[in-house]
Amino acid sequence: MSSLKIQDLHVRIGEKEIIRGLTLEIPKGEVHAIMGPNGSGKSTLSKAIGGHPDYTITSGDVLLDGVSILGMEPDERARQGLFLAFQYPMEIPGVSNANFLRAALNSRQSEGEEIEAVDFYEHLYEEMDKLEMRREFTSRAVNEGFSGGEKKRNEILQMAMLKPKYAILDETDSGLDIDALKIVSAGVNAQRGPNIGCLVITHYQRLLDYIVPDVVHVMVDGRIVRNGPKELALELEEKGYDFIKDALAEPVSA
Amino acid sequence: MPTEELNQFDIDRTRGDFRYDVQYQYDAGTGLTHQTIDYIVDAKGEPDWIRDWRHKALDVFLSKPMPTHWASKDLENIVFDNIRYYLAGGQKPSRSWEDVPEDMKRTFERLGIPEQERKFLAGVEAQFDSEAVYSNIKKAVGEQGVIFVGSTDGLKNHPEIFRKWFGKVIPTGDNKFSALNSAVFSGGSFIYVPPGVKVKHPLQAYFRINAENFGQFERTLIIADEGSEVMYMEGCTAPKFETATLHSAVVELVALKGAKIQYVTVQNWSPNVFNLVTKRAIAHEEAEVKWIDCNIGSRLTMKYPGVVLKGRKARGEVISIALANDGQHQDTGAKMIHAADETTSNIVSKSISIGKGRATYRGLVHVPKHLKGCKNNTECDALLINSTARTDTYPAITVRGTGNACQHEASVSQISAEQIFYMQQRGLTEAQAMSLSVNGFVNDLVRQFPMEYSVELKRLIDLEMEGSVG
Ligand SMILES: Nc1ncnc2c1ncn2[C@@H]1O[C@H](COP(=O)(O)OP(=O)(O)O)[C@@H](O)[C@H]1O
Ligand SMILES: [Mg+2]
Repeated sequence: MSSLKIQDLHVRIGEKEIIRGLTLEIPKGEVHAIMGPNGSGKSTLSKAIGGHPDYTITSGDVLLDGVSILGMEPDERARQGLFLAFQYPMEIPGVSNANFLRAALNSRQSEGEEIEAVDFYEHLYEEMDKLEMRREFTSRAVNEGFSGGEKKRNEILQMAMLKPKYAILDETDSGLDIDALKIVSAGVNAQRGPNIGCLVITHYQRLLDYIVPDVVHVMVDGRIVRNGPKELALELEEKGYDFIKDALAEPVSA
Repeated sequence: MPTEELNQFDIDRTRGDFRYDVQYQYDAGTGLTHQTIDYIVDAKGEPDWIRDWRHKALDVFLSKPMPTHWASKDLENIVFDNIRYYLAGGQKPSRSWEDVPEDMKRTFERLGIPEQERKFLAGVEAQFDSEAVYSNIKKAVGEQGVIFVGSTDGLKNHPEIFRKWFGKVIPTGDNKFSALNSAVFSGGSFIYVPPGVKVKHPLQAYFRINAENFGQFERTLIIADEGSEVMYMEGCTAPKFETATLHSAVVELVALKGAKIQYVTVQNWSPNVFNLVTKRAIAHEEAEVKWIDCNIGSRLTMKYPGVVLKGRKARGEVISIALANDGQHQDTGAKMIHAADETTSNIVSKSISIGKGRATYRGLVHVPKHLKGCKNNTECDALLINSTARTDTYPAITVRGTGNACQHEASVSQISAEQIFYMQQRGLTEAQAMSLSVNGFVNDLVRQFPMEYSVELKRLIDLEMEGSVG
């Protein structure tokens, strides 16, 4: 099965269990959204899937196209086609955006092979144009001194260049004004298609007006508590997370 | 340090672990006495004035204590009696490229060293002990009146220029190791650039330590006459030995009115080498001297390139990168002695400490009260790769008088786990992520190195980082 499958996942940070039995499947070609209040564990989920060393997976599994990735180093997972657009992208002083992307692309080449510089820049400029990023960003250090919105655009640029099989976008909308939101959303939508599965994490429904999901999941306290069509996002927006939390008090089947 | 411990951090080193047996025509034996000096002078056929000079220097060396009251106690582990102070006239054994060990060939390849130089460095092509070797460039610059010869050649055949400046920038008694060098020096370069001549190609010399217990004591003197320009590059790779090896060079630069000298060093010593080098320049009116210095490897490096800003509007600069891997101590820095009005100096130092590696910065900036319009800028940044690494900064800045400005910035940073995770998430291995981060840290300085060195430097850093993670 071509999908990113999360099976009954339990994740701890230190002694504290943050993800408490989470199951989710994102088939290739679909866009799923996770909505949830702050602190519900959305970023923890994405970093645990990415293989962050601080996050201990105590049980459950994550399968990429049927193969468990939990035994892999973060970079191996990435090369298998997993991409995280970070909520807080890191700055890498002194390393230019172009060099970083080239290194990332070269890491996907077979031993001793390197991507061709001319093709690389052609491709890079094309993708930057789509995201309305100025050329000077190629020579600037990765994310250093970038505004919040510029960092998010840069994440989507990296995604476009690396062409992942599965992408998890963690609050890509935060820090974006409406114009930037439209550009970034268009950038993501341009990448949608049968060869990619996306998990869009957001706190607000607003993003989902632009990146319209096939399925919406609601996450509270480290679990998925509701699944539904895109309209679920609107309902959530209208009634607030409390309505879910109240409903949780009653027995519910997800 | 016990041998076992040395070997431990040697395990991952794939370069420089190679040497060949050479029969030497001249060998002063181990230990240092006045007889050793006579042996050297006789072997080299040097004039009497230098014999006297060397004997006096030996007395100074013997009378001076080790500078362990401020420097590393590790200096006490140098056993001067076990060192060979002069080896020369080695017969090149017939050796072909096929005889060079595979891992060494691979290292050369990975460092991107050009074919021609690989053979040279592997000892296939020429013999480089003790005496510097000069490329064809020597001939080319000769036509412009430039003298580019070995120090022995310089003192014998160009005494009128040589004697005027030799030992004037760095007197014998400057420190214990400059005295040692003055007593036993051999090899190194003597360069004279006539007025107004701008040497297009960088002048270059390779040195290679090549016999066990053999200390290398090059002596370099460069004089750039009025309005001339020259760039000099030195690079080293050293083979690995069980016992410590001492390298103690002295480099003197004289930039006369309006002249420009750039001195570029990329050193990559094996981890048992004591590298104790004295480098200083005098910059006359409107002259510019720039030291670009990169220290990788060695057990202990002590090196503080300096510029004495002697003439009005003279300018001095030190750009330095030091990488201290496990068990290594890079004790480096810069000295700027302002001695005229409107002189400016700039120091940028970046150090990287890995594992138990230790990087120390020592800076000295001196601007006396009576001077006007002097400026200094000092910037030193340290990067620690893991929590056991260590860095210290000892800036000594004495800027007096009202019309002078001094700016000092220092920072210590670490590569965060979050940054490495971010980079790994894009597909880079942990080692690649480390390398790229470290290269990023020194990037603005590396850009100031000549092209071929900056490429080599990047690869050297990659090699160093490889063994440091995982
Ligand atoms: N590095 C960390 N150390 C300790 N607790 C953490 C860490 N990161 C997140 N948490 C905790 O885990 C919970 C979930 O956080 P997070 O995954 O960031 O939520 P969300 O992204 O949904 O806002 C929160 O209670 C937060 O305080
Ligand atoms: Mg979050």
